[in-house]
Amino acid sequence: MRYVYLVLFFIAVLAVGALGFRGSISTRPPLEVFPDMDRQSKYLPQDASTFFADGRTDRPIPAGTVARGDLRADRELYTGMNRGGEFVTGFPAALTIDRQFFDRGRERFEIYCTPCHGQLADGRGIVTQYGWGGPANLHIDLIRNQSNGELFNTITNGKNTMFPLGDKINAEDRWAVIAYVRALQRSQNGRMQDVPASHQGELN
Amino acid sequence: MSHLFPKSANRLPLQIIIFLVVAGGIVTAAVNYYATPKYTRVGYAPIQPVPFSHELHAGDMGIDCRFCHSTVEKAGHAAVPTSQTCMNCHSQVKNQSALLAPVRASYESGESVEWVRVHQAPDYVYFDHSVHVNRGVSCVECHGRVDQMEVVTHSESLSMGFCLDCHRDPAPNLRDPKLVTELGWEHPQGADGQRADGETFIHDWNINPPQSCTGCHR
Repeated sequence: MRYVYLVLFFIAVLAVGALGFRGSISTRPPLEVFPDMDRQSKYLPQDASTFFADGRTDRPIPAGTVARGDLRADRELYTGMNRGGEFVTGFPAALTIDRQFFDRGRERFEIYCTPCHGQLADGRGIVTQYGWGGPANLHIDLIRNQSNGELFNTITNGKNTMFPLGDKINAEDRWAVIAYVRALQRSQNGRMQDVPASHQGELN
Repeated sequence: MSHLFPKSANRLPLQIIIFLVVAGGIVTAAVNYYATPKYTRVGYAPIQPVPFSHELHAGDMGIDCRFCHSTVEKAGHAAVPTSQTCMNCHSQVKNQSALLAPVRASYESGESVEWVRVHQAPDYVYFDHSVHVNRGVSCVECHGRVDQMEVVTHSESLSMGFCLDCHRDPAPNLRDPKLVTELGWEHPQGADGQRADGETFIHDWNINPPQSCTGCHR
């Protein structure tokens, strides 16, 4: 009888030795113990497909079609240009410019713009510490004097070494980012006249 | 007959029963320990085609999760970024690195980089990232401290019990949605403050996570 338990003990030790403990690092895909319907023959986002030639389940929108709710008839809102093809100077009429709009712009700016342009939009984002000297300082006259539509076009389609961000930031948010950049530009170019007269003495 | 069955054979039935109970106990314990996502999934850290370090990008450099996983607030699926996203910076930074060759090749050819998926719910689970993130459930609750992971490792079980724990009592896991990507954030007033704020969010936003089968399975 003693031998039977000894064998059982060794089997247990062997099993623990082979299977390890919870949380141990492994590069092998997780075992699915009851794989009943875990993996089904349906298409999920960004999955592989053996049917389509490009091997993807995500399908591009066929040329010449418009998805429901995606007509983008408001030319100014979606391109930053008016009917004559000129960049607009203000903000599209469809947007409400309020505090919430600026806050949204700040949040989007800090996600998508700060890695290169920096928190202050002065072109000193984290990438400059990793060997990229080039991100634009958004406080230079060239950019301060650009129209809102032109900035919109830059965010949407990229410029020089900047890649397009239109796929990541939707049109309304791009306008919000521009509003926040305008606020940053204002803050970095403050003059004494901007301070209320009653407080000017405190700054000397 | 005593040659065939010695006296000790009388105890054999009892001994067999005891052995079966012991062996059965061990098997039960083993199934309990091993046949659960706490064992099968936690610790999964596949080798990726490019050794992308979240610790460097999200941790040290402080790039927001949404810079790359930009669909997470709008869609059920938190997309793996396009190669163009990598090239935003890597067209300039380390643009000759051999490690990044698959990304450059993908950007030029339009073929995908074949990233290996780490977190994958079963196909009968309809999990929606956007509704969780927009109601203040941080990335860290399910994915762990990705900003400290050199190699992304499956850190939580993501079992049905894991989901239900939070669906039954979400207060400890809710925060201001502005803070969802701050993986290291903890409530300044500790667990009590967290619960108090969580209860406020539940009340103000009418958070009512489903516990019915069809809430997650369709």
